[in-house]
Amino acid sequence: MAENEERLRRTMMFVPGNNPAMVKDAGIYGADSIMFDLEDAVSMAEKDAARDLVYEALQTQDYADAELVVRVNGQDTTYYDNDVKAMVKAGIDVIRLPKAETADMVTKLDADVAAAEKEFGRKAGSTHIMAAIESAKGVLNAPAIAAASDRMIGVALSAEDYTTDMKTHRYPDGAELEFARNMVLHAARAAGIAAFDTVFTNMDDTEGFYRETRYIHQLGFDGKSLVNPRQIPMVNEVYEPTEKEILNAKNVINAIEEARIKGSGVISMNGQMVDRPVVLRAQRVMRLAKASNLVDEEGNYLEK
Amino acid sequence: MEIKETAVAGTLESSDIQIMVSEGTNGIAIDLQSDVEKQFGDQIRSVITETLNKLGVTDAKVKAVDKGALDCVVKARTIAAAQRATDTTDQPAWEVL
Amino acid sequence: MKNSVNRDLPDDLMKDLDYKPFETTEIGNPDIQRVAPSVHVSTGDNKLVDSIKQVVADTVKDGMTISFHHHFRNGDFVFNEVMREIIDAGIKNLTLAPSSLTGVMNDMVIEAIKAGTITNITSSGMRGSLGDFVSHGGLKNPVIFRSHGNRARSIEHGDIKIDVAFLGVPNADELGNANGMTGNAVFGSLGYALMDAQYANKVVLLTDNIVSYPNTPASIKQTQVDYVVKVDKVGDPDKIGSGATRFTKDPKELKIASTVNDVIVNSPYFKQGFSFQTGSGGAALAVTRYLRQAMLDNKITASFALGGITKPTTDLLKEGLVDKVMDVQDFDKGAAESMHSNPNQQEIDASWYADPDNKGAMVDQLDVAILSALEIDTKFNVNVMSGSDGVIRGAIGGHQDAGTAKLTIISAPLVRGRIATVVPDVTTVVTPGDSVDVLVTEYGIAINPKRKDLQASLSNLPGVPVFTIEELQQLAEKKVGTPKPLAFTDRTVALIEYRDGTIIDTIKEVKD
Repeated sequence: MAENEERLRRTMMFVPGNNPAMVKDAGIYGADSIMFDLEDAVSMAEKDAARDLVYEALQTQDYADAELVVRVNGQDTTYYDNDVKAMVKAGIDVIRLPKAETADMVTKLDADVAAAEKEFGRKAGSTHIMAAIESAKGVLNAPAIAAASDRMIGVALSAEDYTTDMKTHRYPDGAELEFARNMVLHAARAAGIAAFDTVFTNMDDTEGFYRETRYIHQLGFDGKSLVNPRQIPMVNEVYEPTEKEILNAKNVINAIEEARIKGSGVISMNGQMVDRPVVLRAQRVMRLAKASNLVDEEGNYLEK
Repeated sequence: MEIKETAVAGTLESSDIQIMVSEGTNGIAIDLQSDVEKQFGDQIRSVITETLNKLGVTDAKVKAVDKGALDCVVKARTIAAAQRATDTTDQPAWEVL
Repeated sequence: MKNSVNRDLPDDLMKDLDYKPFETTEIGNPDIQRVAPSVHVSTGDNKLVDSIKQVVADTVKDGMTISFHHHFRNGDFVFNEVMREIIDAGIKNLTLAPSSLTGVMNDMVIEAIKAGTITNITSSGMRGSLGDFVSHGGLKNPVIFRSHGNRARSIEHGDIKIDVAFLGVPNADELGNANGMTGNAVFGSLGYALMDAQYANKVVLLTDNIVSYPNTPASIKQTQVDYVVKVDKVGDPDKIGSGATRFTKDPKELKIASTVNDVIVNSPYFKQGFSFQTGSGGAALAVTRYLRQAMLDNKITASFALGGITKPTTDLLKEGLVDKVMDVQDFDKGAAESMHSNPNQQEIDASWYADPDNKGAMVDQLDVAILSALEIDTKFNVNVMSGSDGVIRGAIGGHQDAGTAKLTIISAPLVRGRIATVVPDVTTVVTPGDSVDVLVTEYGIAINPKRKDLQASLSNLPGVPVFTIEELQQLAEKKVGTPKPLAFTDRTVALIEYRDGTIIDTIKEVKD
């Protein structure tokens, strides 16, 4: 499992890799992760140009704290090798493998990344990877895929290809994705990595977007892949903790601090022992609260 | 590197630059069209020339139509056009990237 | 000599034209004397004529000052028809003093300059081929740019003495009672033209729609009008609307608009009965939409919206979120039609709107103004007049005037393409930094250090990073690189007046 597991990954914004205006401005919307796309958003004739463009942008543009991800072309294409090499050389945070169907595909990516790190003098293990699950086979192999490499930081469901593979299409209620979502999510949690839900493409259906985001938030997904920056504040809103959750989390954090000062191994609150899941949840709530600017530096709740 | 054919990279969209590289005999000759010629024309030409030289292209005609591209875009499009013109697209010039 | 925004002004021109350098945004309480027009007395029985040529022959003489309004914007037919007759009549040395010049007028103005018909121009702005022509030294005498409020002031002072005003209207009766609200080419408020109607020695209305007498409501009155000319068409209704009238989907514009809204809502001015001016363009419309939601959420209504009006603003009026719309011009058909149907949408003239030498103008009562910028510098000075290549391509409009609002927000992207908006020094100072309180960009905001109170209320907003303006300037320069300085000749092609009639900057001829 990769380091920095604590990172928030509510929003992964897709950016077409051959569009300079969008590549240049990708940093201004506050996405937790920015995913530059060399695959579906780029035509065959422009694969080389998109790779060059994303590479040069990564060298010069400031994307602040966002986690930088590149979706490379699939292992069945002639672009895959050069995509992986170029992005490792560029120092990308995460390489996203499309159409992951087996653990072997992840193992191959891991080896290719390791070789590229060596070739270009990058620190071994510094490049993370993630896999997109886009087929029935991928869904059934999700647990193995998620656990296939120490570099793995997450798995994502891609519903467009998946529903085609399943001989259906997307419906407003999402029943057709129920099994896949739960498989991907469980695979991620079992492997201790992040789970990303699929994109929602109809920008005019704000209500549908909120409904779907609330649903995947309830399931436990870390966040969602996004096609438009306008969706970022909407997802963040759904992931915002409530005042009650924040105050409770703050109490837990205070109890941890108290135990640390006392040198006590046991964290207790109101006379009761606080167990590990409660601590973890409190820490996550505080991270979300900080990201939503709902608390100050000390973790005190700010009135809206 | 030797230019084998005329090749283009980039688009005429805002923030992009379209670069056409073709065979030349007398150094790097750049014909640049840009709305920001007054402020950034020299800079754009110098990025194109420097990038081509690093790629080992010393003689080429370049026609560039700029739509407000940043230096990193100018460089990326120059690399893509030159690699296409030298028929080396599948062997990225790692030392120049 | 230098003025208080550190701009070098040409001593000879300043002396010849009897100008003072800009000192301060404070107008003070001087006593001033206004002028009155001459009146050719008649009972009004023979005003209706059908020949522009005849009216031109009767009224326009060498050396006069003539005026037009720009309410038809790029749908204007009147300007070109009248100027054609004036050029063909061989008249020379005119001063052209329209409320502004739109693109559709450019070719004719250039022709008139080349023919010697026009030798002086004062306007709110100019763009396109005319701006290029003037910036390359095409007009011998410098253009004088004035804000809408300053034009009203200058007319009242007699600094602009209009001999003949040619005013297109979508309706008029035979004696000259007219408004902008009914007919084919409607544009709503006649705000800027009302100054000309009141102060010109001769007032010529042109209309394609003669209605029965007496025509009401009468914005321009029969007591002001000398001639009514029947023409085929005063304008193209499809081209009168300006700029974007649809809600923008550009995520960058939306991000800026939503931040502008955050700044307003968290400022001390967002309270029951506040007032605002937004302007036109996609981002301004988006601000209006965000502001609407904020007003609903906070159960707050505004006492008035001011300035150039768009449909989203008149929708707020209809919804009861705004009590009154004080309307000097309408940017789209929806706003123009609303003026006709809603008595709470008050037509105001340019003097009432923004004239600083007044017994109180609307802008003096304004809480929040959202304005645009081509450039803004680290002193918060704003340029809306010259492009980054130094060429004239803008208009002051009401920028300096609305800048007197209690909270003046400049909303602009940090960079446009490869051009930085936030720069060390603007090419041309139009609105002084003392008027500007907050800059909003897609990266975050900068607060004028003179506004310590705003620093306190705006420094901790969720998702709104606060930078110093120097930091934003450096960020912009880091992105685009350092531009080569522009080259100008020593020749002055335009003077920028501040709204009080002092000179805030000049524009030099560009060197290519």
